[in-house]
Amino acid sequence: MTEILWHGRGGQGAFTAAKLLGTAYILQDQSRSALAFPSFGPERRGAPIRAFTKLDSKPIGNRSEIERADYTIFLDDTLFSADACSALKPGGKILLNTKHKVDNEHVFTLDGDRLAAEILKRPITNTVMLGAFCALYEELSLDSLEEAVKQMMPEKLWEANIAVVRAAAAMMEGRKNR
Amino acid sequence: MAKKFLSGNDAFAEGIRLAKPQVISAYPITPQTIVVERLSEMVEQGLLPAEFIHVESEHSALSCAMGACAVGARAFTATSSQGLLYMAECLPYAAGGRFPIVMMNANRSTALPWNIYGDQRDSISQLDCGWIQSYAENAQEALDFALMSYYIAEHKEVSTPFMVNLDGFVLTHTYEVVEVPSEEQANAFLPAYETENKLDLQHPRNLCFSAGPEHNLLFKYKEHQGLLKVQSVVQEAEEKFARIFGRSYTGLTESYCTEDADYLLITLGSIAGLVKERVDRLRARGEKVGLLRIRYLRPFPNAEIAEAVKRVKSIAVLEKDVSFGNEGTVYTNVNSALQKAGISIPSSNYIGGLGGKNIAAEEIDAIFDELKQERTKICFVGLENETDDR
Repeated sequence: MTEILWHGRGGQGAFTAAKLLGTAYILQDQSRSALAFPSFGPERRGAPIRAFTKLDSKPIGNRSEIERADYTIFLDDTLFSADACSALKPGGKILLNTKHKVDNEHVFTLDGDRLAAEILKRPITNTVMLGAFCALYEELSLDSLEEAVKQMMPEKLWEANIAVVRAAAAMMEGRKNR
Repeated sequence: MAKKFLSGNDAFAEGIRLAKPQVISAYPITPQTIVVERLSEMVEQGLLPAEFIHVESEHSALSCAMGACAVGARAFTATSSQGLLYMAECLPYAAGGRFPIVMMNANRSTALPWNIYGDQRDSISQLDCGWIQSYAENAQEALDFALMSYYIAEHKEVSTPFMVNLDGFVLTHTYEVVEVPSEEQANAFLPAYETENKLDLQHPRNLCFSAGPEHNLLFKYKEHQGLLKVQSVVQEAEEKFARIFGRSYTGLTESYCTEDADYLLITLGSIAGLVKERVDRLRARGEKVGLLRIRYLRPFPNAEIAEAVKRVKSIAVLEKDVSFGNEGTVYTNVNSALQKAGISIPSSNYIGGLGGKNIAAEEIDAIFDELKQERTKICFVGLENETDDR
């Protein structure tokens, strides 16, 4: 099972990204299973939230929150600290939206805010980071992600979000074997 | 059949859309709210030709559903926790009136302390009110229960309301893969609701009447018989369901690796998914462990439980419920089934997940480990030093 832990703030779309990922994963192969859920409880814009995606080729019975992730994705670098590495499985990776350089072998950075500003014209980085994740994760194609965007988002958001997914994936593709 | 990525609430709403109730009366409460919102959207968009009635309380929600049933309409409502308790006066009313209302209950803790998260103390506190009670493991089963519940509840020899329970948040708010049947399939499965138990100008009759000491016992006996009939009607419904939808269910319980099991864990609801994973893992190491999942708590699967445990060395009952001052109510019921069948083996009770507390994989493993000690024990999962070892 591949477990993805999302960190964001209320309003940044972390849970939407968690759902888009689950949808894309099963769209690519209907025999697969996926679970997606947020950290349950009261919601508030700006407050830290977590979301979870679990992906597997067989049914997933464990509905508990992810304690150790294969991938931890931060939509907001104010939520990041090096402690996040202790919540990774061996070989796990962190994907961080930041303008800063982070000197850590587990951490892959991307200036998601800049891509979002250029392509989405809004400071929303959930689909940016999803595209970047797709470049790191071999079991998921960009075509499946594009289809998931079309299934789950209103039509007026398709074009820009698909463009930003592909741009972020291309940017991460060039860095993942650094 | 289309595969979709849906939450438990969404999946249940899809099932209700396909069951086509004519009247929906409901009051929103976390974590049930989404099912009510989806249904109101479906009605507004014309996808579901129902009358959606916004009521001022859960007491009114169920009263309204009874009124709809009393003129022969198919009715739906949904609630959770404090809402179910506020509705409680009406629960035996609907059962005694033999109104086959379907209600979704999102299992949630009851106050105090105030808590919006999942446990099963809300519905289990209402076991004796005369309703059928089922517990879904996942969103697919939730959708399928939505369709099957009407078939079973409306069966002429049952005519009893049906409460489908979904664990709050871990099932209602978790997205997973669900096959949504077509309308044609749903129509082929579920006949229109036909009843003589209604107000009809052509055939006047009295509904919701009084019955004094002379007749009351007989009415209650018949209500009991209606619930006992559910067992065979579930089988009939599931056979028809499998023919049309290609998915099979196994009656009041589900057995998982029970045939040669020495140690058996009995539980209900969505935690069974995790237990199955742990059973697979322990079986791979050669341990003879199994799971019996209770799908229906009323009528209670006495015979199925006795059959599953007859060659077992010891059992544990894991439940998100406690009857304060005694033990978990599911445990009480399971022990009664064993006693009636003349089975005397150690049985332990693990009370966990109250107020949404996570039950971890390692805690399931520990239960299977403790089963080997073959002793009787009542304890709270996650409170190791607080064992009730009477």
